Amino acid sequence: MARDRLDDMPTAEALVPLPRRTPALAEGLLADPRLSDVDEWGRSEHLRSLARRLYAPVYRHWFRVEWDGLDKIPAEGGALLVANHAGAIPPDALVVMHGIEEEMGRPVYGLSDDIFKEWPVVGTLWSRLGGVGAHPDNALRLLRQGQLVLVFPEGTRATSKPWAERYQLRRFGRGGFVEIAMRAGVPVVPIAVVGAEESMPVIATIPWLARLLRVPYVPVTLNQALLGPLGTFVHLPVKIRLRVLDPVRSAAPPGQSRYPRAMVLEEAEAIRANLQRAIYAMLGERRSVWLG
Amino acid sequence: MGRRVLVTGLATSWGAQVAKALEADSDVELVVGVDREAPRMTLERTEHVPSDGSYAALARIVADTQVDTIVHPSLVLDSTRVSGPALHELNVIGTTNLLAAATAGTSVRQVVVRSSTLVYGSALRDPVWWGEDMVRTSPASNEVERSLVEVEACLADFAEENPGMQVSLLRLAEVVGPAVDSPVTRCLRRGIVPCIAGFDPLVQLVAQEDALGAIELVVRRQLPGTYNVAGDGRLPWSEVAAICGARLAPLPPVLTTVVAAPLTQAGLLDVPPELLSLLRYGTGADNQALKQAGFAYRFTSAGAARNFAQASQSASQSARPASHSSEVTA
Repeated sequence: MARDRLDDMPTAEALVPLPRRTPALAEGLLADPRLSDVDEWGRSEHLRSLARRLYAPVYRHWFRVEWDGLDKIPAEGGALLVANHAGAIPPDALVVMHGIEEEMGRPVYGLSDDIFKEWPVVGTLWSRLGGVGAHPDNALRLLRQGQLVLVFPEGTRATSKPWAERYQLRRFGRGGFVEIAMRAGVPVVPIAVVGAEESMPVIATIPWLARLLRVPYVPVTLNQALLGPLGTFVHLPVKIRLRVLDPVRSAAPPGQSRYPRAMVLEEAEAIRANLQRAIYAMLGERRSVWLG
Repeated sequence: MGRRVLVTGLATSWGAQVAKALEADSDVELVVGVDREAPRMTLERTEHVPSDGSYAALARIVADTQVDTIVHPSLVLDSTRVSGPALHELNVIGTTNLLAAATAGTSVRQVVVRSSTLVYGSALRDPVWWGEDMVRTSPASNEVERSLVEVEACLADFAEENPGMQVSLLRLAEVVGPAVDSPVTRCLRRGIVPCIAGFDPLVQLVAQEDALGAIELVVRRQLPGTYNVAGDGRLPWSEVAAICGARLAPLPPVLTTVVAAPLTQAGLLDVPPELLSLLRYGTGADNQALKQAGFAYRFTSAGAARNFAQASQSASQSARPASHSSEVTA
């Protein structure tokens, strides 16, 4: 083995003057003298816990978040969390990540459009707080590392949709998320979110401004109409309820480079329909947007 | 019978270091180093054969020495040193001539080329980790990357045309080490490293010791194929600076190239264009393939930074008393 060869080399012949073989090396582990806790994806648990402390009052007192079936999320191993997405600035990602990290003590990596990465400071913070670019390879690697990965398969199609179409799930992309879960051999855990739609309803979008700013959409929201410029960032104090549905584990063998398109689309559609049913059921049970 | 290896760019740091690493291998019977100039470091048994810069006369040297392996570690990845047509000449034309020379006779069985993970590029929507079989998504935006893309294309054609030849391509992450002279190591040694304000990308490093070990392994085992050579893990650029005790010099996030170019030209900072895209979005290369081929890294990315910091610290400490005593004698 190469290591034996290196270790057998007398010190004098080493290319770099270095202390020989540290104890960590002997155990087959390399010394990794890090100064920060930023992981290979850019997430820092230290900054996450700081952010959670800041966000806790919003979570608890503003949105008064309530979970149903949190125990269905695997306590260990990879799982792909799939939720519906809503609100001009969607609060759901933060709520799901905060809730699971607080309740289960497991990190959640949120996949999203890389748009934030382009912006100074914002992109760095987004990455430190668990944001990862929504590339299939990133998702696959995270899942194989046994992490929880949160995706919103509807993407910005959901967050830019008009008020009249609230709680109507958009197309789940091309089902790519199902294929990744199959390949990684992990379950898909659907999460139905109710309340986010009313937290920042979109009245209109300004396509030309979106093109100019190179962002997916520029919304005009009810919040802006009520609160003025402040409304751009402040959500309405809606009650947010989340329901975790039964994990879906595909029968397809993991590790394949391709899966039949029909099977992938069928499974994606089944998950979408199931999530849609759960949302309608939750809406039926809801008495008030504000009190839940 | 032992291996007979030809190493290019013997006068460059990379050529000399590779030659030295091969000298230590008892299975290597002969090390021939080609370059215009003689090597700057003392080598024990490497034979220096003068050649022109772009290896046009290499076929004759190959025929004379009957080498079975050509190692090409000396591609230029630093546009502050060589740029424009000269860079193209050295990298692309040099490699083309070298590959032609490899097939001129019948002795050469393996060609090893050192490339860089720069070949993957670093764009907004790129995946975090690159595998060897993946292709960059963004067009090569600077001359170093463009020349690497061309060199690798030449090499792919060469491998296809010569199925009997073992073609090994190593893509090295940012290499740090006491003997490495690159924009990054120069900045770290100087104690001021450039960054782009508001960005703290994750980067991957590899210790030069590991890089040389990988080249030697590929030669020794005659491993064909493409391998990323990169330390485990990625760490923020600011942390690399902190490990090396360097301060960050922020460049504006807009018009970065416009600001960076004159600073680089004036020698105040080393921020060539090939470093700029890295400083915005960072990069990562999956190192599993080489591990599976039997290579054991001695350093992680952070370990490589620490090792570099310690080595350059002790180097500057040992340099200081020497200069002091010379002052005394003067």
